[in-house]
Amino acid sequence: MGLLLLCVIWLITIASTYFFIAKTWWLPAGASASAAAIDHQFAVTFVLMGVIFVAAQMALGYFVWKYRDRASANNASYSHGNLKLEIIWTTLTLILFIGLNLIGGPIWAAERFRPAADEATRVEVTGIQFAWYFRYPGPDGKFATTKPELEDPSAGGEAALGLDPSDPASKDDVVTGIMVVPVGREVEVILRAHDVIHSFFVPSMRFKQDAVPGLAIHVHFTPTETGSYEIACAELCGLGHYKMHGILKVVSQSEFDQWLVAHEAEKQ
Amino acid sequence: MASFTPAVSAHHPTTSRRRDSGLPPGAGGGGDGRRPGSPDYRARLRRARLGLASALVSILMLFIAFTSAYIVRQGLPTLDPSTNKVVHDWIPVQLPTALFLFNTTVLLLSSVTIELARRQLVRQAALEPVASIPGVSLGKDRELPWLGMTIVLGLCFLTGQWLAWNDLASRGFYVATGPSSSFVYLLTGVHAVHLLGGVVALLVAGSTVLLHRPLESRRIVVDVTAWYWHFMALLWIYILALLEFAR
Amino acid sequence: MVAQESHEHAAPQGFIRKYVFSLDHKVIGLQYYFLALTAVLVGMFLSLLMRIHVVWPNASLPLLGDIKPETYLSLVTMHGTIMVFFVLTTAPQGGFGNYILPIQIGAPDMAFPVLNMLSFWTTLVAYLVMLAAFFVVGGAPLHGWTGYAPLSALQSAGPGEGLGADLWITSIALFCVASLMGALNFITTTLDMRARGMSMMRMPLTCWSWFITAILGLLAFGVLLSAGILLLLDRNIGTSFFVPLGTVNGQLTGHKGGSPLLWQHLFWFFGHPEVYIAILPGMGVASQVLSTFSRKPIFGYKAMVYAMLSIGLLGFMVWGHHMFMSGMSPYSAFAFSVMTMAIGVPSAIKTFNWLGTLHKGRLRFQAPMLFAIGFVSLFVSGGLSGPFLAQPALDIPLHDTAFVPGHFHLIMGVAAIFGIFAATYYWFPKMFGRMMNERLARIHFFFTLIGTYCVFMPMHYLGLAGQPRRYSQLTELTYLHHLLPLNRFMTYAAVVTIAAQLVFLFNLFWSIFKGVKASDNPWEATTLEWTTATPPPHDNFAGHTPVVYNGPYEYSVPGAPRDYVMQSDPATVTAH
Repeated sequence: MGLLLLCVIWLITIASTYFFIAKTWWLPAGASASAAAIDHQFAVTFVLMGVIFVAAQMALGYFVWKYRDRASANNASYSHGNLKLEIIWTTLTLILFIGLNLIGGPIWAAERFRPAADEATRVEVTGIQFAWYFRYPGPDGKFATTKPELEDPSAGGEAALGLDPSDPASKDDVVTGIMVVPVGREVEVILRAHDVIHSFFVPSMRFKQDAVPGLAIHVHFTPTETGSYEIACAELCGLGHYKMHGILKVVSQSEFDQWLVAHEAEKQ
Repeated sequence: MASFTPAVSAHHPTTSRRRDSGLPPGAGGGGDGRRPGSPDYRARLRRARLGLASALVSILMLFIAFTSAYIVRQGLPTLDPSTNKVVHDWIPVQLPTALFLFNTTVLLLSSVTIELARRQLVRQAALEPVASIPGVSLGKDRELPWLGMTIVLGLCFLTGQWLAWNDLASRGFYVATGPSSSFVYLLTGVHAVHLLGGVVALLVAGSTVLLHRPLESRRIVVDVTAWYWHFMALLWIYILALLEFAR
Repeated sequence: MVAQESHEHAAPQGFIRKYVFSLDHKVIGLQYYFLALTAVLVGMFLSLLMRIHVVWPNASLPLLGDIKPETYLSLVTMHGTIMVFFVLTTAPQGGFGNYILPIQIGAPDMAFPVLNMLSFWTTLVAYLVMLAAFFVVGGAPLHGWTGYAPLSALQSAGPGEGLGADLWITSIALFCVASLMGALNFITTTLDMRARGMSMMRMPLTCWSWFITAILGLLAFGVLLSAGILLLLDRNIGTSFFVPLGTVNGQLTGHKGGSPLLWQHLFWFFGHPEVYIAILPGMGVASQVLSTFSRKPIFGYKAMVYAMLSIGLLGFMVWGHHMFMSGMSPYSAFAFSVMTMAIGVPSAIKTFNWLGTLHKGRLRFQAPMLFAIGFVSLFVSGGLSGPFLAQPALDIPLHDTAFVPGHFHLIMGVAAIFGIFAATYYWFPKMFGRMMNERLARIHFFFTLIGTYCVFMPMHYLGLAGQPRRYSQLTELTYLHHLLPLNRFMTYAAVVTIAAQLVFLFNLFWSIFKGVKASDNPWEATTLEWTTATPPPHDNFAGHTPVVYNGPYEYSVPGAPRDYVMQSDPATVTAH
């Protein structure tokens, strides 16, 4: 039985570790400026936790086999513990865990402590059961007011948001169902929700933030590769949660300008 | 590392602390255990008080949670989409302060009456061992009027609270009118529910007297009820202070 | 020297007083246990439906028909709620704690037997109210066991969010009251009813775990109750504690100014200690069983106690780690994250000490030991995915992906369950006077260990790949399509694992009636429950209250006549 336990525990450990190391199922390729730092911190954590995982499981399996009861076994050793050992491994664990957290601190700070750069592309992202709407402020740089009482989800983007037509700033607000941003420039996302909590999740950008009704949350990211990326809703929002998705298109600056101009023109 | 000591004299186990009343082992622990001086009775009182203390901690946590919700909600900015601005929508309620103060007085008076009942029983319990001496009178059932008084005052308080709610409603402050009014009803309402529970406990305490339950059982029930009642009074003062001053 | 103590209530006569409205903590413990058993069967069935739907969303099931997305979400909600409350917060504490604690400390019963009975019946009513949610108009709620507002606060936000949600909240509120009553009982009993010689530092670690769990419950359930009351008011009276100005499907909800984050703070202030409530008794049982079956004292008893106390204390300071992505201040997030890493330290200490207990032991592999060993393995696995989630920068890609249920299932959904299994196999002989079948136990163990690893370890891979939680199907997002084969593997593994539990059920019920008769101390263990008859008499010790001379884990004491010294054995007094 001891041997069987050792084999089962070791096999489970080896199999699990294999798939982590082989990255059979892994994070998608990062396409934002923060991906490198996050992925690096991830790797450090993974290696440290992986070593502890393998060591602890292997030790468990080994002890269970080595100290099994049999005729030739020694009597159990009457020991209540070892204070010195306790102090040593407690201190080491504390240093390891807190240290790991502190090295990761600056990454979080870079993501969330500072506001977006002034020249960032601003996009207001609104989650409504069960779609994402994206609003660009247009040449005046201002987002027009929205009124909940004006909302009409069946009538398309601007009406779904409840855009107030009497506000002059609304003349150049562009509302789309696809998020388009220029590559290499910071994007400031202003996250809103009308009904329940949603969450704006773009795996390739290593970007996630809950969209909370009653709040306008400012976050930012910088896409570094052009392409088309899927947006998923990452907070349970009702029966359509699984199909509340969007597309983020990262294009060159000139393509973005053209696209925006075309939409502005459509509005007039 | 310990080693085995042969079984020679192991009559008195090494204990870290003696928790009983210092009586030699076995004494007073026999079948009766009903005399107030016996460890069994004292243990039961201590046990009841410990149970009550735990219950009071949990009730306290409930109100701490409400308080933190109150404070958060007061200061909460909310996005007003029609102006795209962040506003605070907390409008303090005009409280029926005079009525609340009157109710507070009633409740504090009831604390006094129940404390008198409790002390009556302490005195009786102390005298009980010598009750058999001719001429010593326990003044049986002296606590009943005080208990009765407390019930009446408690019900007065609850009626007063109901009047206070009516007053708020007549001025247009209902539960859902605004965040501040919600909290007024919430805090006073949940307190009232707990106080009603206290009134029920008082009725039970009264019934132990009327049913001539043994003295120490009465003492324990009244003791626990009294401390619960005092806690409810203190809680009420806290709630009133929160509503009046943290506006 | 024995002290005769009068027992609070004489042994009852009659079926109703003996088995239904019993005041005996042993009967109440069994009532809790069997309640949890029915709950876990319901919870498992729900999870089976969930797993089937995710990989075959268009499948039509016999009797149940099609599972719509909202139905899937109500399965998710009820699975989580039933498992967390009616299994993990019921069996270890209400079940085993109630049965064993008084005996292990040498008491004739709990401090307040009437309250004990009331707390069970309130729990039962809560359970029935919860199940009722399935059968009302609209069905069970779909807002997840975490019940985030405004989804849970708006009746119009989805099917099931009407009466079903109100019943869900009411059930939880009743459960809170029942738990608070229970916690009060456990605390008073542990502090006030220990036998002579049973100092706090001589208590078995199981008693410590039940005691600390009770303290956590006492402090946490009041907060959940407050959140539930506020939610009921928002839903039904029109208050706006949690709901800001907004619309559902273009219609104004009538609320304004509330904060969804307030719900999260209140919920998680309870929710985090709750997960420690779920695991601490399992840790106590693991320590107990590892020591007994290694024939060796627990390594570092005092450290184990302090570790559990630290876990309990720190457990109240980390709730924000569930809210890193919520819109909470990023500075608070960082503070919570440091505390969260800190709480990993006492957990690590316990793991080292379990390994230290095995080291140089003389291990016996009966069923309880298998599950205790499994517990350690699962605790390591589930625990080590924690530091990923504890770092907010890493939580950005991982939050609300399958990585999170991977983490908490390994540690709550499996390790804590293994604690319950270990306790069942361990104390079954004492409770029923018979042994469970070892061969069936081994089959149960290996299938469950391997099966659960096959279901929940892959969840981590799915989470890394970005599969979000609570998706009823994976058809809409292209980047999820390549994850279907792994999801199918997990579903097959789940089917096999659930089937293996039938072996346990058969073993349990068959052994109650037909198992080999057990001696008073079949495991040759040292704690007080093994000194008394099997099953124990009504007042636990037949009038002979034990006096304690020794610590709880005096195994293989050099020079002692046997390799175990009972706690109440005056003939062999060790220095512990």
